[in-house]
Amino acid sequence: MNEGALQRIFYAALGLLALLACGAGLAAAGGSGLAFALFAAMTLGGSVMCIWERSVVRSAFALMATFTGVAGLFLLLEADFLAMAQILIYVGGILALLLFAVMLTPPDLGERKLTRILAGTLLVGGPALVLGVQVARTANWFVRGAPLDGRAQGEFGSAERIGVGFLAADQYVVAFELAAVVLTVALVAAVYIARRKKADLEPDAGREGN
Amino acid sequence: MGLGAYVAVSAALFVLGLIAILVRRNVIYILMGIEMILNAANINFVAFNRFGSMKLDGQMFAVFVIILAAAEAAVALAIVLNVFNLFDSVKPSEADLLRE
Repeated sequence: MNEGALQRIFYAALGLLALLACGAGLAAAGGSGLAFALFAAMTLGGSVMCIWERSVVRSAFALMATFTGVAGLFLLLEADFLAMAQILIYVGGILALLLFAVMLTPPDLGERKLTRILAGTLLVGGPALVLGVQVARTANWFVRGAPLDGRAQGEFGSAERIGVGFLAADQYVVAFELAAVVLTVALVAAVYIARRKKADLEPDAGREGN
Repeated sequence: MGLGAYVAVSAALFVLGLIAILVRRNVIYILMGIEMILNAANINFVAFNRFGSMKLDGQMFAVFVIILAAAEAAVALAIVLNVFNLFDSVKPSEADLLRE
């Protein structure tokens, strides 16, 4: 079977699955079920495409669907600040960094092996499916009473409450400052490491100095 | 939708990230797989925060996970560039200096 036909079959199957998921969501829970199924299909379909695609650039753009879908799921979970942060940081930042990495390294189109993808999927996916179904079925032990409903309490959105949580002295202010220090150190170190010359990287370059 | 549906999506995303790390021989796919796994963890944090009777702790953890993921991506990009400089390849199996 040639590459083009394989690609068409894969995308047709993926689209059909997404449509089926949307229909099932609509039948199960109406509008909110449809929205959930749409975002879940975006999330999972994007990552399936990322694993499938042969070129790294297309994989990176498929990952954009995953990140946006996760942001949609956050919205459905009434975490609107997190949804916006997800889009800003993941789609705007991390994906751009990944594309930089793609641009600065050579393409390797022969790297994808269908047999390996199939074997890995069966090996990991089979046991994980059994385990995941069990966990999802029993996850409801956690639900106590009515879910936290921001709208019922007259609090639209969670940005303000998250800001208070970050800066209130008895909550997360220490972790907040630590996160700032970690980000600064990590980014400065990343710039320093990335700018080193090849001569510094040779295995025996440091031996004369020490 | 109930908690179980979100947990199922999160588990599936985690497994897909694991598969991406295992089956592709390219450092960039490993980074993408790690991002998927972190996103799966985030979905779990936010979903349990929404359905459990707690305050905002789950969303706080998710914010910290996003912050650390950003730092990790920057450092990982620098490491990928260095590995490529040194070995002329982005295959993780060819970075074997410590094997000697």
